[in-house]
Amino acid sequence: MMKKYKWLVPTIYILFLMLPIYWLLNMSFKTTTEIINTYSLWPQKFTFENYITIFTDNTWYTGYLNSIYYVVMNTILSVVAALPAAYAFSRYKFLGDKHLFFWLLTNRMAPPAVFALPFFQFYSSINLFDTHVAVALSHCLFNIPLAVWILEGFISAVPKELDETAYVDGYAFWRFFFKIFIPTITAGIGITMFFCFMFSWVELLLAKTLTAVAAKPIAATMTRTVSTSGYELGLLAAAGSLTIIPGAIVIYFVRNYIAKGFALGRV
Amino acid sequence: MSLELRNVEKKVGQDTHIYSTNLRFEKNTINILLGSTLAGKTTLMQIMAGLDKPTNGEIWFADKNVTGVAVQKRNVSMVYQQFINYPNFSVFDNIASPLKITGINSDQIKKRVGQVSELLKLSEMLDKRPNELSGGQQQRTALARALVKDSGLILLDEPLANLDFKLREELREELPKLFENRECIVVYATTEPSDALLIGGYTATLMEGRVIEYGKTIEVYNKPKNLFSARVFSDPPINISEIKKSGDTFSLLHDSVKWKNSNVDLKDGNYKVGIRPYNITTYKEGNNCIEIKGKVLISELSGSESLIHFRNVNLNWVSLSNGIHQMKVGQEAKLYMNVDEFMYFDQNNNLVNNV
Repeated sequence: MMKKYKWLVPTIYILFLMLPIYWLLNMSFKTTTEIINTYSLWPQKFTFENYITIFTDNTWYTGYLNSIYYVVMNTILSVVAALPAAYAFSRYKFLGDKHLFFWLLTNRMAPPAVFALPFFQFYSSINLFDTHVAVALSHCLFNIPLAVWILEGFISAVPKELDETAYVDGYAFWRFFFKIFIPTITAGIGITMFFCFMFSWVELLLAKTLTAVAAKPIAATMTRTVSTSGYELGLLAAAGSLTIIPGAIVIYFVRNYIAKGFALGRV
Repeated sequence: MSLELRNVEKKVGQDTHIYSTNLRFEKNTINILLGSTLAGKTTLMQIMAGLDKPTNGEIWFADKNVTGVAVQKRNVSMVYQQFINYPNFSVFDNIASPLKITGINSDQIKKRVGQVSELLKLSEMLDKRPNELSGGQQQRTALARALVKDSGLILLDEPLANLDFKLREELREELPKLFENRECIVVYATTEPSDALLIGGYTATLMEGRVIEYGKTIEVYNKPKNLFSARVFSDPPINISEIKKSGDTFSLLHDSVKWKNSNVDLKDGNYKVGIRPYNITTYKEGNNCIEIKGKVLISELSGSESLIHFRNVNLNWVSLSNGIHQMKVGQEAKLYMNVDEFMYFDQNNNLVNNV
């Protein structure tokens, strides 16, 4: 009896998980009139109009480009800054190393709202307001600590004898670091990039505060519900659907490594 | 060419890891560092390699003071207990890596890697990645990398410890041959006395950060300087008991075992006697055998040998006999000790006489 129905619970679970996403997709293929006026489980009048608008109207698609631009910039910055730091935390002992490591992690706990005002004032005064760099740098606040934390786990899993063997073989430090060490921890770097990408992609408050027009992220564009042409629910649904895609693509590439990250207890 | 440690000392914080040590290894020798874990073998090797700096003292190599010289410039090789290879390189590139750094041309590299991989039976695996190999092959790769360059000092830190028994036996026999006809000093750290005996050469016994004794392996084994050295160089552990001599009469264990022996040149008095487990057997061996009785605590077989742990008065004894001799736990056992192989130590634990 039990065996026959063991598919039931996971199926219900997945159905519930998928429901909001289905509803979003459903809406994105409807016209706004249909969304507001009728209740339908699938589009009565199937339309690509919303998607066409997004890909042709530059106020929409530049939002995506802006987001991708600062997210990629932030991901690279975070990993480049975190790699040497994580290496140092893993390999060397220095005064207060454990406290510093923990303090880094506490930065991850600070709500971004706390920093919105000082960041806004600071970036304005050095003329970085409404630039991609401003958002990318501000997201380092939570992404660098996270990257250091994840990478330290992966680096500590590599025996220090590997470093020593390379030195014995005649490798100077940087040559060893780039030729041997980084290729050894590619899985860790992949995971780290994924998480930096994700957290930067979903962050809204700082991104919205630090931009006006030129670097406005898609999430900011999306959250305006009323425009000159009234409610555009269909359009917003299409934009939302498209926002899910980059995360899904990145997850696909690192899916095999994520389990490893969990096993190390760092993700 | 020789390697010399002069008053080398290593402290980490308040703890002393290596007490002031003087050692001199000559050219073309295999030197074994024998000691249990935490005896300081690895620390000593790291200092020799230049991966770690001594707190005090100097390291001389080929009559040059190399104390502060970086490891990259020392021309040493090292093999670890863990199988350390570069996971992103093929086996060929792993072995070739120390040569590539020096900038030799690629024909030369190919030739030398070919020779070494032939020697270590890796020729078939040169295109594979290290993690596709078995443990034994991974360690062979690490060994090949250590042998491919002409280093003056080859350090092997328990290279066989993580291998299974069969592979270990196999590689252990090959090892000394690999270093024949090479101009180098080999240092081999191990916890196994049997490794030291099989490889031969010279042995330094270590205990708790101190080098107890250094000399020819067979001499250190047969005539250990003191009780500590004898203890380090014995597996299963050596039996130690108080012994009393008056005239020709020796007595052990509160006079419960007594015998006469006129061949031993010792003054009357109290001593400690060290008896290696294989000198206590279930059968008579040698011309001077004495009987010892005890209650069997554990009886175990290892291969074609039998280990019997027994208790006599207030001491636990270990005996090692050839062949299969099983005894019941709790049974009264009768065993024989070969008196001619006893080692006598004075009250300061120094060897006084060894027949």
